[in-house]
Amino acid sequence: MANKIRVATTSLAGCFGCHMSFLDIDERMLQLVEVVEFDRSPITDIEHCTNCDIGLIEGGVCNSENVHVLREFRNNCKILVAVGACAINGGLPAMRNHIPLEECLNEAYLDGIGVENPQIPSDIELPLLLDQVRPIHEVVKIDYFLPGCPPSADVFWKFLTDLIEGREPSLPYELVHYD
Amino acid sequence: MRQFIQGIAENNHYQATHLLQILRQIQSRYHYIPEAAIEQLSAALSIPRTQIISVIEFYSFFHLAPRGQYELLISDSITDHMLGKKSLIDYLANKLGVVVGAVREDGVVSLDNTSCTGMCDQGPAGLVNGYALTRLDRPGIDKIVALINQQKPLDEWPGELFQVDDNIYKSGLLLNRQIEHGVALKSALKRGIKETLKEIDNSGLRGRGGAGFKTATKWQFCSEEQQTERYVVCNADEGEPGTFKDRVLLNSYADQVFEGMTVCAAIIGAKQGFLYLRGEYLHLHDKLQSILEQRRQNGLLGSNILGEGLDFDIEICLGAGAYICGEESALIESMEGKAGIPRNRPPYPVTQGYLGKPTVVNNVETFLAAAGIAVNGGDWFANIGTEKSKGTKILSISGDCAHPGIYEYPFGTTVQTVLNDCGADDVLGVQVGGPSGTFISNQEFDRKLAFEDLATGGSFIVFNASRNILDMVHNFTHFFAHESCGFCTPCRVGTSLLQKQLDKIIEGHGSAGDVVALEELCQLVKNYSHCGLGQTAANPILTTLERYPDLYQSRLKEISYEPGFDLDGALETARRMANRYDAGAHLAQLEVNEHE
Repeated sequence: MANKIRVATTSLAGCFGCHMSFLDIDERMLQLVEVVEFDRSPITDIEHCTNCDIGLIEGGVCNSENVHVLREFRNNCKILVAVGACAINGGLPAMRNHIPLEECLNEAYLDGIGVENPQIPSDIELPLLLDQVRPIHEVVKIDYFLPGCPPSADVFWKFLTDLIEGREPSLPYELVHYD
Repeated sequence: MRQFIQGIAENNHYQATHLLQILRQIQSRYHYIPEAAIEQLSAALSIPRTQIISVIEFYSFFHLAPRGQYELLISDSITDHMLGKKSLIDYLANKLGVVVGAVREDGVVSLDNTSCTGMCDQGPAGLVNGYALTRLDRPGIDKIVALINQQKPLDEWPGELFQVDDNIYKSGLLLNRQIEHGVALKSALKRGIKETLKEIDNSGLRGRGGAGFKTATKWQFCSEEQQTERYVVCNADEGEPGTFKDRVLLNSYADQVFEGMTVCAAIIGAKQGFLYLRGEYLHLHDKLQSILEQRRQNGLLGSNILGEGLDFDIEICLGAGAYICGEESALIESMEGKAGIPRNRPPYPVTQGYLGKPTVVNNVETFLAAAGIAVNGGDWFANIGTEKSKGTKILSISGDCAHPGIYEYPFGTTVQTVLNDCGADDVLGVQVGGPSGTFISNQEFDRKLAFEDLATGGSFIVFNASRNILDMVHNFTHFFAHESCGFCTPCRVGTSLLQKQLDKIIEGHGSAGDVVALEELCQLVKNYSHCGLGQTAANPILTTLERYPDLYQSRLKEISYEPGFDLDGALETARRMANRYDAGAHLAQLEVNEHE
């Protein structure tokens, strides 16, 4: 058991869709856990990661907490992987990048229709928003990128089995074309 | 306004191909293109309003929002920077009370940067309402500010502000002697059209824009096309930073250039020619028009030229600030009144060019040389130069030298000879062929100017030892990101990513993997872009990275990674709005400083 490959996963500014797609490997999950042990992940509910081999990151970086989590992963994972469109490009959450943050906050908490007791949330427990949503490779060094929205279960499977079996991961064209 | 626009549309025969020329007039009158004008033009020219808007948004000199009554643009060429542009524009902005990129509150003046205006030998340069300003300095700027604040019309401004000099320092085969008006045409007709094409073939003349396609072959291909409606286009969209020879040729040798076009028309059987003049050379427009008119009166243009039954005329199309329009198929698109997006080639313009008809597009210098060859024969030209590069090349020399200006050399001349002649010492390197060309270091000055060694459209920028190469690379890389036409993703996104990655390294945020990532990005942009712009946009980085790898490496930090943007600064808005000043409201730029 001690030699199992340790994998951590997290979702930053993402929708957990990539995690759901990962779970779509279905019964192959049983094969996977033969050789893999999950560290910090929504699957395990472990709060902080310790030394891992592979870290899978879904979602971009939209707030200060995302930065801390991402750094924790970078410090603990030998290989860090950007999973899906949001991690790679900022994706859907980055659509707010065209609107100044001040306008976004005003609309959501002060001026928007139906807002009661208008105020900008302020509590030291709350992470602050970055002015722009960033792809994760702009904040830490990323080793691999899994494209897709979400990447298909087969993409996860091919990528992880390549890594686990000691091959340089490569995704055949059929897995990364989308039309 | 309705009447004004109706008038222009009528003068342009309601032709959508004239859209650029029409928009130029509207922009010049109203200092922007009003929505009402777009609606009216859409109806008058029978084209969708979205097409008009796309053209307005494409060209730097058209605006959807009002600019100042005095539109000031300052050239952002590296040569202007070397002459102190940065401090000048700051001084100007301060004196005028306007932010760079904005319009002053009273609407009188706007100030912005613009790509190289082709005045590299007499910069820092700029444009006011499209007219070239040269040799800007603080006293000159004081004058300009006063004139603007008094709202003096441009024609009352002192002429010395607009003085443009030729600065020809070395003439050769082509510049030594102007041919007499009409002689090239007479010689060509006397010798016979076929024989004249043969002479041009024998001369070995290759296109002077940089690509170097054999001129006679191009003309022959065009003349053999089935379609009999054919066109001659002279490419005077001289946008490569550091190039200004075409400006001089059109200022002082225009008759010979037009004559070369007419010889070409006789050979390929064209009735109509165009001179595509870059918008930055507006100051030449009226002069060129009067030369054309003179030629018509002298029987050298128009119908039945020289009584030989030859019909040919030349029209001038003005550009509107888009470097990409120097690419021949983009230039043709622009002539057709569209955004200058390069076409797929093939088909090449010789088979499907302007309006889908066979078209010869050649550089100004090529037509000049062709006229010379028509008079003096192929051997006159072929006896000079190297085996593969015949004749001479006219260089635009700028940067760190005593005498920046125009120099004509036989092909095969070494860089060292050129440097000696223009008075350049303590030279660090030379950018040959503009940003899309090659940077050569001071170890390579025995290299020769020739298609087989250092090919160049004529730009030759000298850098002395006091210069920082990365400043140059930074300037060129930003230039390409600005000028990318946006059609293909590798170039549109790639040039912006190159700019970002380069800035990250230059600003000292780079770490171990960043130079490798930069190089990979360069290869991607180079290998996957649609046209020459993207294919050469990485050259400034690649050619300097190859020669000075240490320069890039020395900028890197000894850490694994650092973000290329100010992480804590990115929280500022949220911090202010939430009134948060606790430690948790901040982020360190480097994770090593953080212990959780």
